[in-house]
Amino acid sequence: MPILRADHGACQGYANCVAGASDVYDIDDDGVVVLLKERVPEEERQRVEEAARSCPVSALTVEGG
Amino acid sequence: MSRTAVVVGSSVAGVRTAQALAAGGFDGRVLVIGAERTEPYDKPPLSKHFLTGVWDASRLALLNGGRADERVELRLGVAAEHLDVAGKQLRLADGTRVPYDVCVIATGASARPSPWAARDGIHVLRTVQDSAALRRDLLRGGEVVVVGGGFVGAEVAAAASGLGCPVTVVDPLVDPMARVLGPRVGPLLTGIHERHGVRTRFGTGVVAIEGTSGGLRVILDDGSVLAASTVVVGIGAVPNDGWLRSSGLDIADGVICDEYCRVQGTRDVFAAGDVARWPHPRHGEHVRGEHWTNAVEQAACVARNIVHQGDPVPYRPVEYVWSDQYDWKIQIAGSPALMSGHHVIGDLTGDRPRAAVAYTDTTGRLGAALTLNWPRALVACRRLLAAAAEFTQAITELDLLADARPTGRR
Repeated sequence: MPILRADHGACQGYANCVAGASDVYDIDDDGVVVLLKERVPEEERQRVEEAARSCPVSALTVEGG
Repeated sequence: MSRTAVVVGSSVAGVRTAQALAAGGFDGRVLVIGAERTEPYDKPPLSKHFLTGVWDASRLALLNGGRADERVELRLGVAAEHLDVAGKQLRLADGTRVPYDVCVIATGASARPSPWAARDGIHVLRTVQDSAALRRDLLRGGEVVVVGGGFVGAEVAAAASGLGCPVTVVDPLVDPMARVLGPRVGPLLTGIHERHGVRTRFGTGVVAIEGTSGGLRVILDDGSVLAASTVVVGIGAVPNDGWLRSSGLDIADGVICDEYCRVQGTRDVFAAGDVARWPHPRHGEHVRGEHWTNAVEQAACVARNIVHQGDPVPYRPVEYVWSDQYDWKIQIAGSPALMSGHHVIGDLTGDRPRAAVAYTDTTGRLGAALTLNWPRALVACRRLLAAAAEFTQAITELDLLADARPTGRR
Protein backbone atom coordinates (compact mmCIF):
# COMPACT_ATOMS: atom_id res chain seq x y z
CA MET A 1 0.00 0.00 0.00
CA PRO A 2 1.31 3.50 -0.80
CA ILE A 3 2.87 5.16 2.25
CA LEU A 4 2.36 8.88 2.86
CA ARG A 5 5.15 11.10 4.13
CA ALA A 6 5.26 14.78 5.08
CA ASP A 7 8.22 17.06 5.72
CA HIS A 8 6.78 19.15 8.54
CA GLY A 9 9.76 21.49 8.54
CA ALA A 10 9.30 22.33 4.86
CA CYS A 11 5.52 22.85 5.11
CA GLN A 12 4.53 26.51 4.75
CA GLY A 13 0.79 26.10 5.29
CA TYR A 14 -0.16 26.77 1.68
CA ALA A 15 -2.83 24.06 2.10
CA ASN A 16 -3.20 22.98 -1.53
CA CYS A 17 -2.99 19.39 -0.27
CA VAL A 18 -6.11 19.88 1.85
CA ALA A 19 -8.00 21.28 -1.12
CA GLY A 20 -6.88 18.22 -3.12
CA ALA A 21 -7.48 15.44 -0.59
CA SER A 22 -9.11 16.62 2.65
CA ASP A 23 -9.58 13.01 3.83
CA VAL A 24 -5.81 12.53 3.88
CA TYR A 25 -4.29 15.94 4.66
CA ASP A 26 -5.21 18.66 7.13
CA ILE A 27 -3.57 21.78 8.54
CA ASP A 28 -3.15 22.43 12.27
CA ASP A 29 -3.53 25.71 14.13
CA ASP A 30 0.05 26.68 13.40
CA GLY A 31 -0.48 26.09 9.68
CA VAL A 32 1.50 22.84 9.52
CA VAL A 33 0.33 19.78 7.61
CA VAL A 34 -1.21 16.85 9.50
CA LEU A 35 -1.41 13.39 7.95
CA LEU A 36 -4.84 11.93 8.66
CA LYS A 37 -3.72 8.55 7.27
CA GLU A 38 -0.33 6.87 6.98
CA ARG A 39 -1.26 4.59 4.10
CA VAL A 40 -3.89 4.62 1.39
CA PRO A 41 -5.15 1.77 -0.81
CA GLU A 42 -3.49 1.45 -4.23
CA GLU A 43 -6.63 2.67 -5.99
CA GLU A 44 -6.31 5.98 -4.11
CA ARG A 45 -2.72 6.53 -5.24
CA GLN A 46 -3.40 8.70 -8.25
CA ARG A 47 -5.69 11.10 -6.40
CA VAL A 48 -3.36 11.40 -3.40
CA GLU A 49 -0.27 11.80 -5.61
CA GLU A 50 -2.02 14.65 -7.40
CA ALA A 51 -2.70 16.34 -4.06
CA ALA A 52 0.96 15.80 -3.08
CA ARG A 53 2.16 17.32 -6.38
CA SER A 54 0.06 20.40 -5.61
CA CYS A 55 2.37 21.23 -2.66
CA PRO A 56 4.36 24.33 -3.65
CA VAL A 57 7.32 23.32 -1.47
CA SER A 58 7.33 19.59 -2.29
CA ALA A 59 6.79 18.70 1.35
CA LEU A 60 4.66 15.66 0.53
CA THR A 61 5.57 12.30 -0.97
CA VAL A 62 3.76 9.06 -1.70
CA GLU A 63 6.13 6.13 -1.45
CA GLY A 64 6.19 2.39 -1.93
CA GLY A 65 3.64 -0.02 -3.24
CA MET B 1 0.89 2.18 -32.19
CA SER B 2 1.91 4.17 -29.15
CA ARG B 3 0.80 7.80 -29.00
CA THR B 4 3.05 10.76 -28.22
CA ALA B 5 2.10 13.70 -26.03
CA VAL B 6 4.37 16.70 -26.46
CA VAL B 7 4.29 19.38 -23.78
CA VAL B 8 5.82 22.65 -24.92
CA GLY B 9 7.32 24.47 -21.95
CA SER B 10 9.23 23.30 -18.88
CA SER B 11 7.17 25.60 -16.66
CA VAL B 12 5.41 24.23 -13.61
CA ALA B 13 2.27 23.88 -15.76
CA GLY B 14 4.21 21.92 -18.38
CA VAL B 15 5.96 19.62 -15.93
CA ARG B 16 2.84 18.99 -13.86
CA THR B 17 0.85 18.19 -17.03
CA ALA B 18 3.51 15.69 -18.07
CA GLN B 19 3.57 14.12 -14.61
CA ALA B 20 -0.21 13.89 -14.51
CA LEU B 21 -0.30 12.31 -17.97
CA ALA B 22 2.33 9.75 -16.98
CA ALA B 23 0.59 8.98 -13.69
CA GLY B 24 -2.94 9.26 -14.97
CA GLY B 25 -3.13 6.56 -17.60
CA PHE B 26 -1.77 8.15 -20.79
CA ASP B 27 -0.22 5.07 -22.37
CA GLY B 28 2.24 6.64 -24.80
CA ARG B 29 5.38 8.78 -24.74
CA VAL B 30 5.36 11.97 -22.71
CA LEU B 31 7.93 14.53 -23.92
CA VAL B 32 8.56 17.99 -22.46
CA ILE B 33 10.33 20.55 -24.66
CA GLY B 34 11.88 23.47 -22.77
CA ALA B 35 13.62 26.59 -24.07
CA GLU B 36 15.62 26.94 -20.86
CA ARG B 37 18.69 24.76 -20.41
CA THR B 38 18.17 24.52 -16.66
CA GLU B 39 16.37 21.44 -15.30
CA PRO B 40 12.72 22.36 -14.70
CA TYR B 41 12.44 24.44 -11.55
CA ASP B 42 9.85 26.09 -9.40
CA LYS B 43 9.45 29.85 -9.38
CA PRO B 44 7.70 30.98 -6.16
CA PRO B 45 10.90 30.67 -4.04
CA LEU B 46 12.77 32.95 -6.47
CA SER B 47 11.28 35.99 -4.74
CA LYS B 48 11.35 34.36 -1.30
CA HIS B 49 13.58 31.64 0.21
CA PHE B 50 15.94 31.33 -2.77
CA LEU B 51 16.43 35.09 -3.02
CA THR B 52 17.23 35.37 0.68
CA GLY B 53 19.57 32.38 0.49
CA VAL B 54 17.64 30.21 2.95
CA TRP B 55 17.11 27.64 0.16
CA ASP B 56 19.61 26.53 -2.45
CA ALA B 57 18.83 25.57 -6.05
CA SER B 58 18.33 21.89 -5.17
CA ARG B 59 15.08 22.85 -3.42
CA LEU B 60 13.62 24.19 -6.67
CA ALA B 61 13.51 20.94 -8.70
CA LEU B 62 10.09 20.15 -10.16
CA LEU B 63 10.98 16.54 -11.01
CA ASN B 64 11.98 14.47 -8.04
CA GLY B 65 12.41 11.02 -9.54
CA GLY B 66 9.04 9.62 -8.48
CA ARG B 67 7.39 6.79 -10.36
CA ALA B 68 5.64 9.04 -12.85
CA ASP B 69 8.73 11.23 -13.31
CA GLU B 70 10.72 8.35 -14.79
CA ARG B 71 8.32 8.29 -17.73
CA VAL B 72 8.72 12.01 -18.53
CA GLU B 73 11.27 12.66 -21.30
CA LEU B 74 12.95 16.07 -21.34
CA ARG B 75 14.36 17.97 -24.29
CA LEU B 76 15.85 21.12 -22.79
CA GLY B 77 17.67 24.13 -24.19
CA VAL B 78 15.73 24.31 -27.43
CA ALA B 79 12.64 26.45 -27.98
CA ALA B 80 9.65 25.48 -30.09
CA GLU B 81 9.40 27.86 -33.04
CA HIS B 82 6.32 26.79 -34.96
CA LEU B 83 3.20 24.74 -34.31
CA ASP B 84 1.73 23.06 -37.40
CA VAL B 85 -1.77 22.21 -36.24
CA ALA B 86 -2.90 20.51 -39.48
CA GLY B 87 0.32 18.50 -39.80
CA LYS B 88 0.39 17.72 -36.05
CA GLN B 89 4.03 18.59 -35.59
CA LEU B 90 6.28 21.15 -33.97
CA ARG B 91 9.36 22.77 -35.44
CA LEU B 92 12.11 23.54 -32.95
CA ALA B 93 14.71 26.32 -33.07
CA ASP B 94 17.39 23.85 -34.19
CA GLY B 95 15.24 22.81 -37.16
CA THR B 96 14.11 19.49 -35.69
CA ARG B 97 10.53 18.47 -36.38
CA VAL B 98 8.65 16.75 -33.59
CA PRO B 99 5.40 14.99 -34.50
CA TYR B 100 2.70 14.70 -31.85
CA ASP B 101 -0.64 13.05 -31.31
CA VAL B 102 -1.55 15.51 -28.61
CA CYS B 103 0.19 18.79 -27.81
CA VAL B 104 0.03 20.90 -24.65
CA ILE B 105 1.09 24.55 -24.81
CA ALA B 106 2.65 25.52 -21.47
CA THR B 107 5.24 28.12 -22.41
CA GLY B 108 4.38 30.29 -19.41
CA ALA B 109 5.07 33.99 -19.18
CA SER B 110 8.05 36.32 -19.03
CA ALA B 111 8.66 39.32 -16.82
CA ARG B 112 7.33 42.47 -18.44
CA PRO B 113 10.54 44.19 -19.51
CA SER B 114 11.61 47.40 -17.83
CA PRO B 115 10.54 50.37 -19.98
CA TRP B 116 13.42 52.29 -18.39
CA ALA B 117 16.94 51.61 -19.52
CA ALA B 118 20.21 52.13 -17.70
CA ARG B 119 23.55 50.57 -18.55
CA ASP B 120 23.13 47.93 -15.86
CA GLY B 121 21.80 47.43 -12.36
CA ILE B 122 18.11 47.21 -13.34
CA HIS B 123 16.68 43.77 -12.57
CA VAL B 124 13.51 41.94 -13.45
CA LEU B 125 12.66 38.68 -11.67
CA ARG B 126 11.35 35.62 -13.43
CA THR B 127 14.06 33.00 -13.90
CA VAL B 128 16.48 31.34 -11.52
CA GLN B 129 19.28 33.28 -13.20
CA ASP B 130 17.38 36.54 -12.58
CA SER B 131 17.04 35.66 -8.90
CA ALA B 132 20.71 34.70 -8.51
CA ALA B 133 21.85 37.92 -10.22
CA LEU B 134 19.57 40.04 -8.04
CA ARG B 135 20.80 38.26 -4.93
CA ARG B 136 24.42 39.06 -5.82
CA ASP B 137 23.58 42.76 -6.08
CA LEU B 138 21.51 42.75 -2.88
CA LEU B 139 24.39 41.16 -0.97
CA ARG B 140 26.61 44.03 -2.12
CA GLY B 141 24.34 46.26 0.00
CA GLY B 142 23.19 49.80 -0.64
CA GLU B 143 19.83 51.37 -1.35
CA VAL B 144 17.28 49.30 -3.27
CA VAL B 145 14.37 50.76 -5.20
CA VAL B 146 11.58 48.37 -6.14
CA VAL B 147 9.32 49.59 -8.92
CA GLY B 148 5.90 47.92 -8.62
CA GLY B 149 3.92 47.30 -5.45
CA GLY B 150 2.26 44.04 -6.49
CA PHE B 151 3.10 40.62 -5.09
CA VAL B 152 6.52 40.19 -6.68
CA GLY B 153 7.57 43.74 -5.82
CA ALA B 154 6.36 43.35 -2.23
CA GLU B 155 8.15 40.02 -1.79
CA VAL B 156 11.38 41.40 -3.22
CA ALA B 157 11.12 44.42 -0.93
CA ALA B 158 10.66 42.12 2.06
CA ALA B 159 13.59 39.90 0.99
CA ALA B 160 15.91 42.85 0.32
CA SER B 161 14.98 44.42 3.65
CA GLY B 162 15.64 41.08 5.34
CA LEU B 163 19.11 41.06 3.80
CA GLY B 164 19.76 44.43 5.42
CA CYS B 165 19.23 46.76 2.46
CA PRO B 166 17.34 50.05 2.88
CA VAL B 167 14.36 49.69 0.51
CA THR B 168 11.86 52.02 -1.15
CA VAL B 169 8.86 50.68 -3.09
CA VAL B 170 7.48 52.92 -5.85
CA ASP B 171 4.11 52.46 -7.59
CA PRO B 172 2.01 54.89 -9.62
CA LEU B 173 -1.10 53.70 -7.75
CA VAL B 174 -1.87 55.23 -4.36
CA ASP B 175 -2.95 51.81 -3.11
CA PRO B 176 -1.37 49.02 -5.20
CA MET B 177 -2.98 46.13 -3.31
CA ALA B 178 -6.45 47.49 -4.04
CA ARG B 179 -6.08 45.99 -7.53
CA VAL B 180 -6.35 42.56 -5.91
CA LEU B 181 -8.16 43.17 -2.64
CA GLY B 182 -10.62 45.91 -3.55
CA PRO B 183 -10.62 49.56 -2.51
CA ARG B 184 -11.63 49.06 1.13
CA VAL B 185 -9.40 46.15 2.12
CA GLY B 186 -6.40 47.02 -0.06
CA PRO B 187 -5.13 49.84 2.18
CA LEU B 188 -4.90 47.43 5.12
CA LEU B 189 -2.24 45.46 3.29
CA THR B 190 -0.58 48.36 1.54
CA GLY B 191 0.63 49.50 4.97
CA ILE B 192 2.64 46.31 5.49
CA HIS B 193 5.82 47.90 4.14
CA GLU B 194 5.97 50.84 6.53
CA ARG B 195 5.12 48.50 9.39
CA HIS B 196 8.34 46.68 8.53
CA GLY B 197 10.56 49.69 8.03
CA VAL B 198 10.38 49.84 4.22
CA ARG B 199 9.61 53.24 2.68
CA THR B 200 6.91 53.60 0.03
CA ARG B 201 6.31 56.19 -2.65
CA PHE B 202 2.85 55.18 -3.78
CA GLY B 203 0.92 57.37 -6.19
CA THR B 204 4.22 58.29 -7.82
CA GLY B 205 5.39 57.11 -11.23
CA VAL B 206 8.89 56.59 -12.55
CA VAL B 207 10.00 58.91 -15.37
CA ALA B 208 13.50 57.59 -15.97
CA ILE B 209 16.33 55.59 -14.47
CA GLU B 210 19.88 56.81 -15.02
CA GLY B 211 23.36 55.72 -14.09
CA THR B 212 24.91 52.35 -13.59
CA SER B 213 24.82 49.49 -11.10
CA GLY B 214 25.84 50.74 -7.68
CA GLY B 215 25.08 54.35 -8.64
CA LEU B 216 21.59 54.58 -10.14
CA ARG B 217 19.18 57.50 -10.00
CA VAL B 218 15.44 56.87 -10.17
CA ILE B 219 13.65 60.02 -11.33
CA LEU B 220 10.03 60.24 -10.20
CA ASP B 221 7.14 62.14 -11.80
CA ASP B 222 6.91 64.55 -8.85
CA GLY B 223 10.44 65.72 -9.66
CA SER B 224 12.15 63.91 -6.81
CA VAL B 225 15.10 61.57 -7.31
CA LEU B 226 15.88 58.35 -5.45
CA ALA B 227 19.48 57.16 -5.30
CA ALA B 228 19.83 53.38 -5.61
CA SER B 229 22.53 50.77 -5.90
CA THR B 230 20.02 48.30 -7.31
CA VAL B 231 16.65 48.72 -8.98
CA VAL B 232 14.10 45.91 -9.34
CA VAL B 233 11.25 46.35 -11.81
CA GLY B 234 8.25 44.13 -10.96
CA ILE B 235 5.46 45.35 -13.22
CA GLY B 236 3.79 42.13 -14.25
CA ALA B 237 4.28 39.40 -16.79
CA VAL B 238 3.52 38.83 -20.45
CA PRO B 239 2.51 35.41 -21.83
CA ASN B 240 5.03 33.60 -24.03
CA ASP B 241 2.69 33.29 -27.01
CA GLY B 242 4.78 35.02 -29.70
CA TRP B 243 6.03 31.69 -31.10
CA LEU B 244 2.41 30.77 -31.91
CA ARG B 245 1.88 33.72 -34.27
CA SER B 246 2.64 31.55 -37.30
CA SER B 247 0.27 28.77 -36.15
CA GLY B 248 -2.99 30.46 -37.14
CA LEU B 249 -4.33 29.96 -33.62
CA ASP B 250 -6.34 32.71 -31.94
CA ILE B 251 -3.88 34.65 -29.77
CA ALA B 252 -5.05 37.53 -27.60
CA ASP B 253 -2.80 38.02 -24.57
CA GLY B 254 -2.58 34.24 -24.31
CA VAL B 255 -3.88 31.41 -26.46
CA ILE B 256 -7.67 31.18 -26.56
CA CYS B 257 -9.10 27.91 -25.21
CA ASP B 258 -12.54 26.46 -24.60
CA GLU B 259 -13.85 25.58 -21.15
CA TYR B 260 -11.96 22.25 -21.27
CA CYS B 261 -8.65 24.05 -21.90
CA ARG B 262 -8.58 22.74 -25.45
CA VAL B 263 -7.17 25.37 -27.78
CA GLN B 264 -9.97 26.89 -29.84
CA GLY B 265 -10.22 25.49 -33.35
CA THR B 266 -8.15 22.38 -32.61
CA ARG B 267 -8.86 18.82 -31.55
CA ASP B 268 -5.48 17.75 -30.20
CA VAL B 269 -3.96 20.91 -28.75
CA PHE B 270 -4.47 22.03 -25.14
CA ALA B 271 -2.98 24.82 -23.05
CA ALA B 272 -2.21 25.20 -19.35
CA GLY B 273 -0.74 27.82 -17.04
CA ASP B 274 0.13 31.47 -17.61
CA VAL B 275 -0.19 31.23 -21.40
CA ALA B 276 -3.76 29.85 -21.46
CA ARG B 277 -6.85 32.05 -21.71
CA TRP B 278 -10.11 30.24 -21.08
CA PRO B 279 -13.75 31.13 -20.32
CA HIS B 280 -14.10 31.18 -16.51
CA PRO B 281 -17.77 30.93 -15.49
CA ARG B 282 -17.25 32.95 -12.29
CA HIS B 283 -15.77 35.84 -14.27
CA GLY B 284 -18.17 35.65 -17.21
CA GLU B 285 -15.28 36.12 -19.65
CA HIS B 286 -12.02 34.61 -20.86
CA VAL B 287 -9.30 34.98 -18.23
CA ARG B 288 -5.65 34.10 -17.85
CA GLY B 289 -4.30 32.89 -14.51
CA GLU B 290 -0.77 33.82 -13.53
CA HIS B 291 -0.61 31.95 -10.27
CA TRP B 292 1.15 28.78 -9.25
CA THR B 293 -1.96 26.97 -8.09
CA ASN B 294 -3.75 27.80 -11.33
CA ALA B 295 -0.88 26.29 -13.31
CA VAL B 296 -0.98 23.09 -11.26
CA GLU B 297 -4.77 22.72 -11.24
CA GLN B 298 -5.06 23.54 -14.92
CA ALA B 299 -2.31 21.01 -15.67
CA ALA B 300 -4.26 18.32 -13.82
CA CYS B 301 -7.45 19.24 -15.70
CA VAL B 302 -5.71 19.17 -19.10
CA ALA B 303 -4.10 15.80 -18.40
CA ARG B 304 -7.44 14.41 -17.29
CA ASN B 305 -9.19 15.72 -20.39
CA ILE B 306 -6.52 14.20 -22.63
CA VAL B 307 -6.75 10.77 -21.00
CA HIS B 308 -10.57 10.83 -20.83
CA GLN B 309 -11.19 12.36 -24.25
CA GLY B 310 -14.83 11.31 -24.47
CA ASP B 311 -15.75 12.72 -21.08
CA PRO B 312 -13.96 16.05 -20.56
CA VAL B 313 -14.56 18.20 -17.47
CA PRO B 314 -14.72 21.99 -17.64
CA TYR B 315 -12.04 23.96 -15.80
CA ARG B 316 -13.64 26.21 -13.20
CA PRO B 317 -11.19 26.68 -10.33
CA VAL B 318 -11.52 28.70 -7.16
CA GLU B 319 -8.45 30.90 -7.56
CA TYR B 320 -5.85 30.70 -4.82
CA VAL B 321 -2.82 32.90 -4.36
CA TRP B 322 -0.37 33.19 -1.50
CA SER B 323 2.33 35.68 -0.75
CA ASP B 324 4.98 35.63 1.95
CA GLN B 325 6.03 39.15 2.89
CA TYR B 326 8.24 39.86 5.90
CA ASP B 327 6.90 37.48 8.57
CA TRP B 328 3.36 37.61 7.18
CA LYS B 329 1.60 34.81 5.36
CA ILE B 330 -1.02 36.30 3.04
CA GLN B 331 -3.49 33.92 1.38
CA ILE B 332 -6.28 34.83 -1.01
CA ALA B 333 -9.01 32.59 -2.40
CA GLY B 334 -11.41 33.66 -5.13
CA SER B 335 -11.28 37.14 -6.66
CA PRO B 336 -11.82 39.83 -4.00
CA ALA B 337 -11.63 42.61 -6.59
CA LEU B 338 -14.92 41.37 -8.11
CA MET B 339 -16.79 41.55 -4.79
CA SER B 340 -19.02 44.29 -3.36
CA GLY B 341 -19.01 43.67 0.41
CA HIS B 342 -16.80 42.22 3.11
CA HIS B 343 -16.64 41.25 6.78
CA VAL B 344 -13.54 41.08 8.98
CA ILE B 345 -13.03 38.15 11.37
CA GLY B 346 -10.35 38.79 13.97
CA ASP B 347 -8.15 41.88 14.25
CA LEU B 348 -6.18 43.20 11.27
CA THR B 349 -3.96 45.45 13.37
CA GLY B 350 -0.90 44.43 15.36
CA ASP B 351 2.54 43.22 14.42
CA ARG B 352 1.46 39.88 13.06
CA PRO B 353 -2.33 39.73 12.92
CA ARG B 354 -4.29 36.51 12.58
CA ALA B 355 -7.38 37.51 10.71
CA ALA B 356 -9.64 36.80 7.77
CA VAL B 357 -11.69 38.97 5.46
CA ALA B 358 -14.72 37.27 3.93
CA TYR B 359 -16.07 38.87 0.76
CA THR B 360 -19.48 38.63 -0.84
CA ASP B 361 -21.32 39.95 -3.88
CA THR B 362 -24.99 40.47 -4.67
CA THR B 363 -25.72 36.71 -4.59
CA GLY B 364 -25.44 36.52 -0.79
CA ARG B 365 -22.79 33.80 -1.07
CA LEU B 366 -19.19 33.77 0.04
CA GLY B 367 -17.32 34.99 -3.04
CA ALA B 368 -13.70 35.39 -1.95
CA ALA B 369 -11.49 35.47 1.13
CA LEU B 370 -8.24 36.94 2.39
CA THR B 371 -6.47 35.42 5.37
CA LEU B 372 -3.48 36.80 7.26
CA ASN B 373 -1.26 34.36 9.16
CA TRP B 374 -4.18 31.95 9.53
CA PRO B 375 -3.90 28.96 7.15
CA ARG B 376 -6.73 27.06 8.85
CA ALA B 377 -9.17 29.81 8.01
CA LEU B 378 -7.91 29.73 4.44
CA VAL B 379 -8.61 25.99 4.26
CA ALA B 380 -12.14 26.60 5.57
CA CYS B 381 -12.70 29.42 3.07
CA ARG B 382 -11.56 27.36 0.09
CA ARG B 383 -13.92 24.55 1.14
CA LEU B 384 -16.82 27.01 1.65
CA LEU B 385 -16.12 28.66 -1.72
CA ALA B 386 -16.09 25.32 -3.52
CA ALA B 387 -19.44 24.51 -1.88
CA ALA B 388 -20.89 27.94 -2.82
CA ALA B 389 -21.72 28.56 0.87
CA GLU B 390 -23.98 31.36 2.09
CA PHE B 391 -22.03 34.41 3.28
CA THR B 392 -23.64 34.35 6.75
CA GLN B 393 -22.85 30.65 7.15
CA ALA B 394 -19.24 31.30 6.18
CA ILE B 395 -18.90 34.06 8.77
CA THR B 396 -20.41 31.83 11.46
CA GLU B 397 -17.91 29.07 10.66
CA LEU B 398 -14.97 31.47 10.69
CA ASP B 399 -16.12 32.97 14.00
CA LEU B 400 -16.26 29.46 15.48
CA LEU B 401 -12.79 28.71 14.14
CA ALA B 402 -11.50 31.96 15.66
CA ASP B 403 -13.01 31.09 19.05
CA ALA B 404 -11.78 27.51 18.91
CA ARG B 405 -8.18 28.30 18.25
CA PRO B 406 -5.84 28.05 21.19
CA THR B 407 -4.84 31.40 22.66
CA GLY B 408 -1.35 32.52 23.43
CA ARG B 409 0.30 30.81 20.46
CA ARG B 410 2.37 33.08 18.29
